[in-house]
Amino acid sequence: MRAGVAIRLVVLALLIAFVASPQTFAFVFQPLTRNGQPAIYLQNGLLNLTLSHLAIVAVATVASTLVAVGLAIAVTRPFGAEFLPLSRTLANVGQTFPPVAVLALAVPLLGFGTAPTLVALFLYGLLPIFENALTGLTTLPPAVTEAARGVGMTEGQRLVGVDLPLATPVILAGIRLSVVISIATATIGSTVAASTLGEVILAGLLSSNLAFVAQGGLVVAVIAVLIYDGLSALERLLAHRTGQGAR
Amino acid sequence: MSAVVAAAPRRIAVDKLGVFIAGLAVIAACLPLVAFRANRIVPGEGLSLLAALPGWQAALLALTLAAGIGLALLRTPVPVRLAASLVVLAALWLAAGAAASHLTPADDKLARVSPGSGFWLLLLAFALLAADGIARLRLGPWPRIAVLLAVASALALLLASGLWRDLSILREYSTRAESFWREAATHVVLAFGSLAAATLAGIPIGIACHRKRALRTAVLNVLNAVQTIPSIALFGLLIAPLAWVAANVPGAALLGISGIGAAPAMVALVAYSLLPVVANTVVGLAGVPAATDEAARGMGMTDWQRLTAVQLPLAFPVILAGIRIVLVQNIGLATIAALIGGGGFGVFVFQGIGQTAMDLVLLGAAPTVALAFAAAVVLDAIIELSAIREPGRD
Repeated sequence: MRAGVAIRLVVLALLIAFVASPQTFAFVFQPLTRNGQPAIYLQNGLLNLTLSHLAIVAVATVASTLVAVGLAIAVTRPFGAEFLPLSRTLANVGQTFPPVAVLALAVPLLGFGTAPTLVALFLYGLLPIFENALTGLTTLPPAVTEAARGVGMTEGQRLVGVDLPLATPVILAGIRLSVVISIATATIGSTVAASTLGEVILAGLLSSNLAFVAQGGLVVAVIAVLIYDGLSALERLLAHRTGQGAR
Repeated sequence: MSAVVAAAPRRIAVDKLGVFIAGLAVIAACLPLVAFRANRIVPGEGLSLLAALPGWQAALLALTLAAGIGLALLRTPVPVRLAASLVVLAALWLAAGAAASHLTPADDKLARVSPGSGFWLLLLAFALLAADGIARLRLGPWPRIAVLLAVASALALLLASGLWRDLSILREYSTRAESFWREAATHVVLAFGSLAAATLAGIPIGIACHRKRALRTAVLNVLNAVQTIPSIALFGLLIAPLAWVAANVPGAALLGISGIGAAPAMVALVAYSLLPVVANTVVGLAGVPAATDEAARGMGMTDWQRLTAVQLPLAFPVILAGIRIVLVQNIGLATIAALIGGGGFGVFVFQGIGQTAMDLVLLGAAPTVALAFAAAVVLDAIIELSAIREPGRD
């Protein structure tokens, strides 16, 4: 475990160093270029693109988390119970929409740029979070909810004090899935002119410069792996604190 | 029969979902039903329901919508709601085609009539009602496939009848019918070919991983890492190795392997598909009850017999669930292949984005979504059927 943490810290340090000063690492990508092509993408600055990539993913994920958890709470209350079967079906159907299609169809409504990418990531991120929040809120241990009812907690108190904390690790697993999908999908956003790391990859594809494709892909993959691991660790910590550690 | 059902609850009850759907439908009815453009790239002019259709057709559609909204709003029996939603959806599809024919001047080849925001929102509202009806009816696997086939044949009939021929998406289609079917074939080959390859390779890998713990950790870690590489990068990165193979391995070029085109797309899709297949094979095999396995061993079955006659059949529904994930995912991902010259429906999507011609984007996106949706429905039904048969087998 300790070694794992050390490796991840080294990878993180390398990632930050590369993004901050890509020219230093030009020698790594030089062998992939042909006919004196540049080894490092300098158009918009790797750092800018990375930050904008992360910002788009963060905004979309926060929005989809709020909406998805809100919806899951609504359909698991007596008032919204009528919407439960439909919401399950929708979550299932929604996943059959390919991200490129969502992205492309958002363009006529929102124009080119960051907006359609945000919308596509938001919609695409809703599903895993909603599904997990639903699972978390509907599979609470009956003994615990009974006990909460028994000590006289109101509906609202039970939701905030018992149901949500118990469901948090499962919800977090959904968020983790959604973030990893979003980080990869945001690269496709560059086809509709969003400023993400996909721009580097796309520039590489258009000029057949493999160095660009590799560095763009590598940065995105490393970010995804690090965030995936970080959120997994957070999940274990929370599960441990709510007494569901042994899973 | 229906009189009995209707008479039972005397008081009028309002359906909560119906309120939402009715609200959506009323807003949608005020938005433009279709958009008219003088040619395919100029901004459009929205036309409301009344302006888009000749008098009696507009009245008929308005009546159908009003009846549909009423039935959705009141707490009516589920089959009635489902039937009402399907009737409204059919009316909307017919109206879109009729509006296009009505608005397009007789010999105008440039004018484009496409469904407007009102149409899409109405479609969404009543598709929600239909989805709710289907979910509440808890249809079994066969009826669900039957519904899918009915909808597909209705769509095919509409397309064949020529009622839609003046709609913008079919205008785009008519000028590139030949390439449409060629790309469709490529898309299907990419999605299903990569699925077949991943299944053939993934199940044996999964079996091996199930037996050797060390192998399992290593293989699953590698496959997990592959998933994090963004699709456009993976497609791009495979160009170089495959170009090398084509140039240096005798016969490879003859098989159609080359640096750009379908070969790197196929390899990338297989790489993405391996994780769900391998992981689900491992989970499925791990879920085989120890007692069952013991009993098979006690009967004197060999390793191979136990694997093929006991373990794999029991793990089958879980493996199928992995295959469903892969197929739906690959049908969507295959659109990216167009970026590296691999063909598929993505060709129209990216051409459309490049020309800001949204009808062209739709020509690529609509069949992709339809294909993924149909694949999900069919595979869900198959998974349910295989799981139902299981208890009888033990």
